[in-house]
Amino acid sequence: MNFELNETQSLIRDTARKFAREVVAPQARKLDREALFPKDVYPKLGELGLLGVNIPEPYGGAQAGVVSYALAMIEISAACASTAVGMAVTNMAAELINAYGTEAQKKKHVTALATGQACVGAFALSEAHAGSDAGALRTRAEKKGDRWVLNGSKQWITSGAHAGVIVVWARTSDAGNKGLSCFIVEGGTPGLIVGKAEDKMGLKGSNTVPLTFENLELPLENLLAREGDGFKLAMVALDGGRIGISAQACGVGRAALEASVRYSKERKAFGQAIGGFQALRFMMADMHTRLQAAELLCLRAATLKEKGLPFTREASMAKLFCSETSNWVCDRAVQIHGGYGYIDEFPVERYLRDARVQTIYEGTSEIQRLVIAREIFKTVST
Amino acid sequence: MDFELTEVQRDIQKMCRELAKKELQPNARKWDETHAWPESGVKKLAELSLLGVAVPEALGGAGLDNVCYALAIEEISRGCASTGVIMSVNNSLYCDPVMKFGTDEQKREFLVPYARGEKLGCFGLTEPEAGSDAAAQKTIAVKKGDEYVINGSKNWITVGPKADSIVLFTMTDPAKGNKGITAFLVPTSTKGFNRQPPDKKMGISAAWSCTIYFEDMRVPAKNILGKEGEGFKVAMSTLDGGRIGIAAQAIGIARAAYEEALAYSNERKTFGKPLRDHQAIQFMLADMATEIDAARLLTLRAALMKDRGARHSAESSMAKLYASEMAGRVTNKALQVHGGMGYSKEMDAERHVRDARITEIYEGTSEIQRIVISASLLKE
Repeated sequence: MNFELNETQSLIRDTARKFAREVVAPQARKLDREALFPKDVYPKLGELGLLGVNIPEPYGGAQAGVVSYALAMIEISAACASTAVGMAVTNMAAELINAYGTEAQKKKHVTALATGQACVGAFALSEAHAGSDAGALRTRAEKKGDRWVLNGSKQWITSGAHAGVIVVWARTSDAGNKGLSCFIVEGGTPGLIVGKAEDKMGLKGSNTVPLTFENLELPLENLLAREGDGFKLAMVALDGGRIGISAQACGVGRAALEASVRYSKERKAFGQAIGGFQALRFMMADMHTRLQAAELLCLRAATLKEKGLPFTREASMAKLFCSETSNWVCDRAVQIHGGYGYIDEFPVERYLRDARVQTIYEGTSEIQRLVIAREIFKTVST
Repeated sequence: MDFELTEVQRDIQKMCRELAKKELQPNARKWDETHAWPESGVKKLAELSLLGVAVPEALGGAGLDNVCYALAIEEISRGCASTGVIMSVNNSLYCDPVMKFGTDEQKREFLVPYARGEKLGCFGLTEPEAGSDAAAQKTIAVKKGDEYVINGSKNWITVGPKADSIVLFTMTDPAKGNKGITAFLVPTSTKGFNRQPPDKKMGISAAWSCTIYFEDMRVPAKNILGKEGEGFKVAMSTLDGGRIGIAAQAIGIARAAYEEALAYSNERKTFGKPLRDHQAIQFMLADMATEIDAARLLTLRAALMKDRGARHSAESSMAKLYASEMAGRVTNKALQVHGGMGYSKEMDAERHVRDARITEIYEGTSEIQRIVISASLLKE
């Protein structure tokens, strides 16, 4: 047992921190106010290895492991949660293709994702009526000669309008979960129709769109893994994805705490800095404590994944705890800022809006509790 | 970064888990109800070298690290919270400061038999009007020749009624506040050391505590632990370690409550199905399991830092704060899962709530922990 970072992990963290401070943070407010997608940032993240942190070097990745990935996500998220979520999905898509793709698929698509040539990746699983309940998906893929033909619609697709590589789940038979398959769709493929971007409460710099497939044709080689493997791939990807969102939550929470510490030292009331008042000091002590616990849960799940050990339970615990904590921490940060916390001159109201989705996407807190309960009941005999 | 336990750490955990299951758990309710000292439990701790876990073998201990210590306290407390705190007092509050600040001669007399578990030690800091506010203490030590004459009183001294020695904090120079505090090693057989009957408490009833009066108690100057005026440092450094012990105790109590609730929800049926099939119950248990893990990670982090010799005041405080309040939440939820049975003395759920309650109070209340954490956060 040892909680120290190794050299690679420290290097990735420091690289991400520097880039976050110098490039990502200064534009975060503008992205939020104007709902701008940070298109130019991703190729730079790719150059630094941050779009394929856990991807082998031959495919353009940093080959630095899952812990490094989580650490990088924390740093970028502390600067801009919108930029970070695009980074997370790109890493996720790259990892999935790297794990299940053929050599040709990896060479082409993983490299495009990890280097930033694809700008970003996307992950098209959710539909209007089916989120965590993947067995209910309706988008269909039919084999016609040497082509797959996709028809249907996806909802809430992060980075959908800008992604060069999209992993799409579609039904290849009616056999429930076992009838799902996974496909690689390149951005701009004829038949891919990008809908109107959602106007969201937060994460405004992240692009969220519905995608429609109208007789979208794919060569047979764009099937990822085997026919019917889709559900398994979704579950594997989501376990890993939960580590990414946990890290995002830790980053946003940390930013909110740091803003609070700063503000409480500057702002005076009743003749002293408000950081001198016990009520606020105790709030910040609790924020700090819970964030530290959150980070440890997140990194524990990351080390398990990195070692190839089971981590479903730990990833769900991390996602649940980190996202609930970041929401609570951001809410307290707004409180500490008083009226200034409610206006966009200070960043904390953005943090709160950005944090809010963390208990929802990649499995709501309720889904995480279901997963955890299922796992813990395995320890008692029925 | 590696969250896996070493083989030794796993072995200690397993050994303590078995001890707790066989020797402690079956007796814990009886000890609680009769306010009996857990004699057989403490004897077992001594036999297995668990009263001086992190003391080197040459000094009578087990020579293990603080991660082992935290894991051991958790398992022992999972069986019996009272036995857990007795273990924590002897290890963290007694052996630890003697090991860190004692002379070789002091270690021979005041450490070796205690680490071996032949004798028990306790820690006397709190007074009726001075708990965490150490500088307010009124126990006075006045130098006379090569002796000090001590007058005053200490209260809530856990293990006090059974202890053979005490690490005693006194004022040798009240004008200097914190810098006027001096620690002494005092055998409880010393003339003028007067113990009162054990306190009546809400929980941890088997971990006897008492008030102690000192009446013209004469202690040789060579029994000063550390230097004169260094007592505050001794106390604070000891509490940094002690808080790891209490955090681990809180996790053990929470785990007892959680594991029993999990088992109960598997058996008990309502509305035609086991409790475990009701989502409200599942979600409570999921939250409990998550919070227990979070607390353990904070606690082991503090223990790792102590092992590395790194400063760990804030980390110990975070572990203690989170783990103790977690134990409050988890034991209450576990009682709720048991329904009416949770309120009955026929089951252990209500004891766990009572036992957990003290962890938010002793070795620095939650409020004191927040003072420590915020001072570190705001860098003052």
